[in-house]
Amino acid sequence: MPVLGVIDPGNTAWVLASSALVLFMTPGLAFFYGGMVRAKNVLAMLMQNFFSMGLVSVLWAALAYSLAFSGDGKWIGNLDLAWMRDVATVSPTGFDLSIPPLAFMAFQLMFAIITPALITGALADRMKFSAWFWFLGIWLILVYTPVAHWVFSPAGWLFRRGALDFAGGTVVHINAGIAALAVVVVLGKRRGWPRHPMPPHMLPWTLLGAGVLWFGWFGFNAGSALAADGIAAQAFVNTNMAAAAAMLGWLLFERIRGGHATTLGAASGAVAGLVAITPCAGYVGGMAPIYIGLIAGALCYFACSIKFRFGYDDALDVVGVHLVGGIVGSLLLGFFADAAFNPAVTHEGVFVSGGSWELMGDQLIAVGATILWSGVVTLVIVKVLDLVMPGGVRVSEEDEETGLDLTQHSEVGYSLERV
Amino acid sequence: MKLIVGIIKPFKVDDVKDAVKDLGVQGLTVSDVQGFGRQRGHTEVYRGAEYTIDFVPKVRIEILVDDGDVDRVAQRLIDTARTGKIGDGKVWVIPVEQAWRIRTGESGTDAL
Repeated sequence: MPVLGVIDPGNTAWVLASSALVLFMTPGLAFFYGGMVRAKNVLAMLMQNFFSMGLVSVLWAALAYSLAFSGDGKWIGNLDLAWMRDVATVSPTGFDLSIPPLAFMAFQLMFAIITPALITGALADRMKFSAWFWFLGIWLILVYTPVAHWVFSPAGWLFRRGALDFAGGTVVHINAGIAALAVVVVLGKRRGWPRHPMPPHMLPWTLLGAGVLWFGWFGFNAGSALAADGIAAQAFVNTNMAAAAAMLGWLLFERIRGGHATTLGAASGAVAGLVAITPCAGYVGGMAPIYIGLIAGALCYFACSIKFRFGYDDALDVVGVHLVGGIVGSLLLGFFADAAFNPAVTHEGVFVSGGSWELMGDQLIAVGATILWSGVVTLVIVKVLDLVMPGGVRVSEEDEETGLDLTQHSEVGYSLERV
Repeated sequence: MKLIVGIIKPFKVDDVKDAVKDLGVQGLTVSDVQGFGRQRGHTEVYRGAEYTIDFVPKVRIEILVDDGDVDRVAQRLIDTARTGKIGDGKVWVIPVEQAWRIRTGESGTDAL
């Protein structure tokens, strides 16, 4: 069993601070999404995200952390660290940590909280809260845990192959993005979509949420260095540059095609850039994050209109931003990964002198495997829940019309009416 | 008695209120409403997707007047609310059978 190395106070401080930053992203995401739904569903959207902090935390302590990070199985971990046994004293398998294992456990927990929360954007306005409860728990164990093990654990098969994912391009974004698509396939469209307009009810929330996400993402990416070192600083700068460039990329195409630079476009572009830089954050440098951001901003802008062509109601564009952004980032890493910025890069990207297509092959396998596993298993989970739960996973037509805030939570978001 | 009902552009509300007050109108009621006429709606763009919003915000103004004042008040309302551009709104008049002032119990034109 791996035992503790020397604890570095600086590294520990940064990872603990980063954990708090990443936790803050989930309420940030809640407001990013919450502003985009209709006023009658704002609380339901906030609640689905907020609730993830509750349920996932408990499941993480009981089971999921151990399944993801303990044991040397290629496909899934073991239960040695389940029920919080030995978590404080035993390192996760394959990591040579300079921080307390509990700091690692807490940091990884925050990723497990936000990943399923990302899915809520797709299923907005029509899923029962009870269905979300069951889906969240089952998805965490059956989808998030194995994929995190494959990619993040040195024992996992994708990690062993040499696929690179600095902070979760596959584990977090592609995983949630494809799951979002699978959920809406079973769930169906919102009543009246796309015939009736369902414009965002409060874009200021969305801008605020995007700002919180950007802020928290420094913990997400730079914290993934698991140390307060040069790689963390590189990841920090890369994160900011990619978000900035992607905002410009999105707005540029929006201006050319639609005539206006919109606030929703600025927020969405920034998030698309943050998604795309996530797998690359500690493996690239120089101008690469800016190129990655520009490409991601432009491609995600165009990707958001695909749903109208294929007729799937991914309400808040989880596919367009997270699936597409995650794929863009994971594959661009095959071009830009550079050992000059991180010695962990053993096969450099195509655009780096001395680089090859070797890494790209592993990146494609990692992307494909995540899409396949998450897509198929999510589809099965939602389908089974829909059959097992009385009345299915979707609210009644009347409840959907009334709004989820009142029907699922017996509350309203805004009581501004005077009569 | 008649009830003058006007659907007007929201930014004209204050002008109309002041103009009819000058004619001696003692009270009126306004409410925020939405609808469409020849102006149709407007277009909003979210993440590249265009939405046509069919209903435009307007203000509904209701003024209860004596039969003899109808034309004067309605005409002043129309003149004040007009911009000459599409979407200026409409005015119509409805006969009113009876009216009471709740506080005093007065009825008919005394209640106006």
